[in-house]
Amino acid sequence: MTKKRSLLKGAYFLNGDVACAEGAIAAGCRFFAGYPITPATEIAEHLSGRMPEFGGIYIQMEDEIASIAAVIGASYSGLKAMTATSGPGFSLMQENIGLAVMTETPCVIVDIMRGGPSTGQPTLPGQQDVMQAKWGSHGDYGIIALAPSSVQEMFNLTIEAFNLSETYRVPTLLMGDEIVAHMWEKVVIPLPSEIKTANRKKPHVSPDKYEPFMPDDDLVPPMACFGEGYRFHATGLTHDEYGHPKTQSSEVQSRLVRRLCEKISKNEDKIVKAEEIMLEDADVAVVAYGIVARAALSAVRKAREAGIKAGLLRLITLWPFPQKHVGKVAKQVKAIVVPEMNCGQVVREVERVAKETPVVFISKLGEDPHTPKEILEVIRRSI
Amino acid sequence: MGQKLVHPFSKYLRSAMMPHIWCSGCGNGVVLNCFVHALDELQKDLDKLVVVSGIGCIGRSAGYTNADSFHTTHGRAIAFATGVKLANPELDVVILSGDGDLFAIGGNHFIHAARRNIGIKVICANNFNYGMTGGQQGPTTPPEALTTTTPYGNIEHPFNLVHLAAASGATYVARWTTLHVRRLTLSIKRMLQKEGFCFIEVVSPCPEIFGRRNKMRTGLEMMEWFRRASVVENFSDPSKAEITQEKIVVGEFVNVEKVSYERLLHEKIAQINEKSVKW
Repeated sequence: MTKKRSLLKGAYFLNGDVACAEGAIAAGCRFFAGYPITPATEIAEHLSGRMPEFGGIYIQMEDEIASIAAVIGASYSGLKAMTATSGPGFSLMQENIGLAVMTETPCVIVDIMRGGPSTGQPTLPGQQDVMQAKWGSHGDYGIIALAPSSVQEMFNLTIEAFNLSETYRVPTLLMGDEIVAHMWEKVVIPLPSEIKTANRKKPHVSPDKYEPFMPDDDLVPPMACFGEGYRFHATGLTHDEYGHPKTQSSEVQSRLVRRLCEKISKNEDKIVKAEEIMLEDADVAVVAYGIVARAALSAVRKAREAGIKAGLLRLITLWPFPQKHVGKVAKQVKAIVVPEMNCGQVVREVERVAKETPVVFISKLGEDPHTPKEILEVIRRSI
Repeated sequence: MGQKLVHPFSKYLRSAMMPHIWCSGCGNGVVLNCFVHALDELQKDLDKLVVVSGIGCIGRSAGYTNADSFHTTHGRAIAFATGVKLANPELDVVILSGDGDLFAIGGNHFIHAARRNIGIKVICANNFNYGMTGGQQGPTTPPEALTTTTPYGNIEHPFNLVHLAAASGATYVARWTTLHVRRLTLSIKRMLQKEGFCFIEVVSPCPEIFGRRNKMRTGLEMMEWFRRASVVENFSDPSKAEITQEKIVVGEFVNVEKVSYERLLHEKIAQINEKSVKW
């Protein structure tokens, strides 16, 4: 028996969905709204039990559109808020992800990717939603998306997603896949005092001087919440710094939309994370993310054993795209191998950045992810 | 001399948002007027009020109200407000939106919020069509009415909104027209003092977009229809309160006490935390 309201600490054997849910609680999330969907349901199930222990709110909404709408509302009421879903629900959420972008709402959306399109393969992994994560809602905007490769990262990156969303006032997406969500692994959870959490900036002016969408130098506006006496307006319409609609002004539209893009792109160096493994002297690099990066690491090790100088660039951040990391690798190696569980999504970004360096794509659909052997074969052939 | 004249209710409105977008003869101003009168009579703390709206002509009224306010995507005001209210139950959360927003694209959220009895207060301006987009047929368009998308007359059955709200579980259901300003204001006051999900339909004139295609060219002509057809029947059967040319039943249909979702939720949370928890 542990004490009520206690955060986990120490080593646990968990599945990825549960690790994600515990990461949310550790990050300070106190509102979850969701709708059942394989393979993300266990996040909701776990939080339905855990959230109330921390005085937090769990609600099952009538659909995914309502779930993300309630999350945005809860965030404006001052709680850290999250929803979790998979492809079909992620598609339904897209319009309100745009609303969260436009109203600069800190929130986390977990998408446990399965095979699509449509209902597709509910119980099998996929990486088919990566471009949707960036471009799914209409209009131009910047967004942050992270890709966990392990159950430990389902915990760590959920916390990171909350911290980034609070820091940049942007919906942040955790793009897991069915395997990292359902796989059981050891997770080491630090002491609560060792977990770094971030909170949104609060206004530093009195309510009569508050302009809810006036950014600081980092391009992020401080955020008042409902009920704090600031009496502000927020809208999905194009708006000025007061939050007042200015739908006929091309100047306001340009200023707003460029800032929504640039608050992410100009802070890219602070946001982007990638892991460089055995790349120092590599002649060939594998660029991979999610569960596929685990097979890629094994392939790279086997290649090294066979005398091939291979390395791995594991993308932790998918959006903004780690273009500096990929660009550096591309200048050094003779070929880049990109294995993905889709028909070619991140590989297009890699090709854009790699310029002259040949990029070899390995596509997998509708079955288990790539085996190390399959990736090793391509490494051999590409050199 | 030299003293600036200030409207006594200007503190309830965001003057920077004026002028409003509404046509002459529109009923939305009446709805907003009755709403701020109710706030004033109850001396509501504007710092604890959140006004939410969806998309449509009356959707702009969230921005016009000098409280915290949010203008959501089309149809999602109730779902958004659910998050607002649960995250901070101390807030008064009021939705001002239209019939298309609340009952076509947002219909699913309406019935579920009423079923759960979440303590949000919904005022629907029913103008029988999609005004902002130029007058298309909607879920409350009367049979045979002409709209830009029913050029041969509407063949769909309209929703009876008060029946839908009552059947879905709302604790307070009323219907008035914009002619009934005193009773509407009183109704809004009653609603704001209740726990749980409450709903008021305000039958509202839209002469520029709806009326002129349906032999009611001015706001006055539409109001004349409301005067002629309205019958006050408090606590009558909402299932028999369909709006017709001949009869618009107005009044309170439901006023019951029922514990709200947020109270049950927070009581449950308190209970859970009284005992220690196993992991």
